[in-house]
Amino acid sequence: MSVRYLARKVFSLAVTLYAVATFNFLLFHVLPGNPVRLMARAGHLDPAAVAQLKQLFGLDRSLPIQYLIYLRDLIQGNLGFSYVYRQPVTTVLGPAIRNTILLLGTATLLTIVVGVGLGVIAGARANSRTDTSVVVSSLVLWSLPTFWTGMILIFICGVWFHLLPISGINTLGYSFTSLGHLVDLGKHLILPTLTLALVNVAEFALITRSSLVDVMSEDYMVTARAKGLRRRVIVWRHGVRNALLPIVTATALYMGLVLGGAIQVEAVFSWPGMGLLSYKAVLSRDYPVLEASFLIFAVAVIIMNFASDLLYRALDPRVRQS
Amino acid sequence: MSLDERPGLPVEPGEDTLQPSSRIPWWRAVWGDRMGRVGLVLVIVVLALVVVGPMIFPFAASSFGLSANSILQPPSGGHWLGTDELGRDVFRQVLVGGQISLLVGLSATAIAMVVGAGLGLVSGYYAGWRDNVLMRITDFFLVLPTLPLIIALAALLGQSVVITSLVIGLTSWPQTTRIIRSQVLSLRERPLVLRVRSLGATDRRTIWVHIFPNVSPLIFANLVLVLAGAILSEASLAFLGLGDPVHVSWGTMLHFAFTSGAMSRGAWWYVLPPGIGIVILVLGFSLVGHSLDRILNPQSRGAR
Repeated sequence: MSVRYLARKVFSLAVTLYAVATFNFLLFHVLPGNPVRLMARAGHLDPAAVAQLKQLFGLDRSLPIQYLIYLRDLIQGNLGFSYVYRQPVTTVLGPAIRNTILLLGTATLLTIVVGVGLGVIAGARANSRTDTSVVVSSLVLWSLPTFWTGMILIFICGVWFHLLPISGINTLGYSFTSLGHLVDLGKHLILPTLTLALVNVAEFALITRSSLVDVMSEDYMVTARAKGLRRRVIVWRHGVRNALLPIVTATALYMGLVLGGAIQVEAVFSWPGMGLLSYKAVLSRDYPVLEASFLIFAVAVIIMNFASDLLYRALDPRVRQS
Repeated sequence: MSLDERPGLPVEPGEDTLQPSSRIPWWRAVWGDRMGRVGLVLVIVVLALVVVGPMIFPFAASSFGLSANSILQPPSGGHWLGTDELGRDVFRQVLVGGQISLLVGLSATAIAMVVGAGLGLVSGYYAGWRDNVLMRITDFFLVLPTLPLIIALAALLGQSVVITSLVIGLTSWPQTTRIIRSQVLSLRERPLVLRVRSLGATDRRTIWVHIFPNVSPLIFANLVLVLAGAILSEASLAFLGLGDPVHVSWGTMLHFAFTSGAMSRGAWWYVLPPGIGIVILVLGFSLVGHSLDRILNPQSRGAR
């Protein structure tokens, strides 16, 4: 990978990040719905109090000045002060980010393994009965609203059969040995992970399938077959390895989707991550937390896209040379 | 199109349309495809229930406020799908809620199509700096995580059917722009378009008379898939408490079911029907969309 290419990519990443920061500012500072208006809506607020609140939130300055202050704070890592938690937003976000990474990491791993597996099974025998049933069930799974799937799992595993914990990240009021704590955490992780995987597996299954179907009709696949190689070798060594590239791109796109899924799953299962945090921030109109959450979600997706671009180039010799 | 019949301007077969099959009406093509047919049936069944249903089914009078005994009742002869946390009839709510979900989905899709296809046509037709600027903007919106953006906008702007439609519509267009643009890029290099332009047709005329009709099947196939996505987005948004509190959609029903503790009281009749409604409608539209996609791109049907 040439240095020039890398430099160009990093530059474009920096531009995109700056654009997102600016977009975030426009969203939360220029659109109607500032905190003072929110507070004044509840009752009568005398003009002096309004002025004081405006000064407190820095709303008495002109927009360009507010923008510069916003950028300065961002560079210094200051994301504002939560109205509800009465703490700096960064303090509130820390543990939430960790919990979300745990949930999304597990769910993504499961989703990719199962999704790619199903896609290979279907794509290796295009238009067979297995293929059709994988495609149809993928479409059904794709149509499931994430939050509703979670609610159904709660019904089955929590309300009807008391199989698994349905809320939170660990059992309250229990003291655990470190191993017991891990097992408890694992049990709490099962249903949210399962929900996310069920809903998102279709994305990977369908993309893997169509990519493999394309690869299977390539000339080198005909050659492999003509050489008399075993079917398993043909599919896995010659087919899947070449079909995997679009999956790298799909993973970056999936990141944009799964963050929305995480908000719903965390709200349903009270998983104390970024999603639950932004859900609560929506309900209590805690704008600084909402603003920081949106920024972090967007930056995460942009960085994932950047990484997948680089990975794609590293993996595909054809792109590397051109 | 009369230009093409002049002598000296031979027309290669099929060059002025996307596919020969685009001459067949779309519903007949979809009906001929097994997946498409199932999808059409699902959509028609839901449409019939939701639009005509409230007029023909007898409903028990909502008896909320009368007695605590009438809340969260399981299905019975009087209430076919039981009652909700205020003692209202769930069956009636499901039918009326479907209207709202469908209404928001349709209006959001209309907005997304006008913006998405419009930008795609302009961007693909005028290559050069306009295309460059528009594609930068499109790519930027393409990477933004959709649901967090929708949530932020809805939390700032307020909760009503109009705002929800606007917010979802104005965040669902980038994919459409991408698809339409790449098709227009290849169309504008076709002999027909080059000939028309060299004869002095204005840009507006070229786009509307010669390019738009050729991308409209593609727009339609994309529309159905965007519609399925918009219905899911509305449901998620409403479930998170950002739906219109007056015009209750399926998502809003599930929000009330979740927050009122209907789950822990085992009120499956309150949770299942709205969700099944969403799944059937979304599945129906996505089956139709995939079927249209296969009709328009036969080469992606896969090697036999």
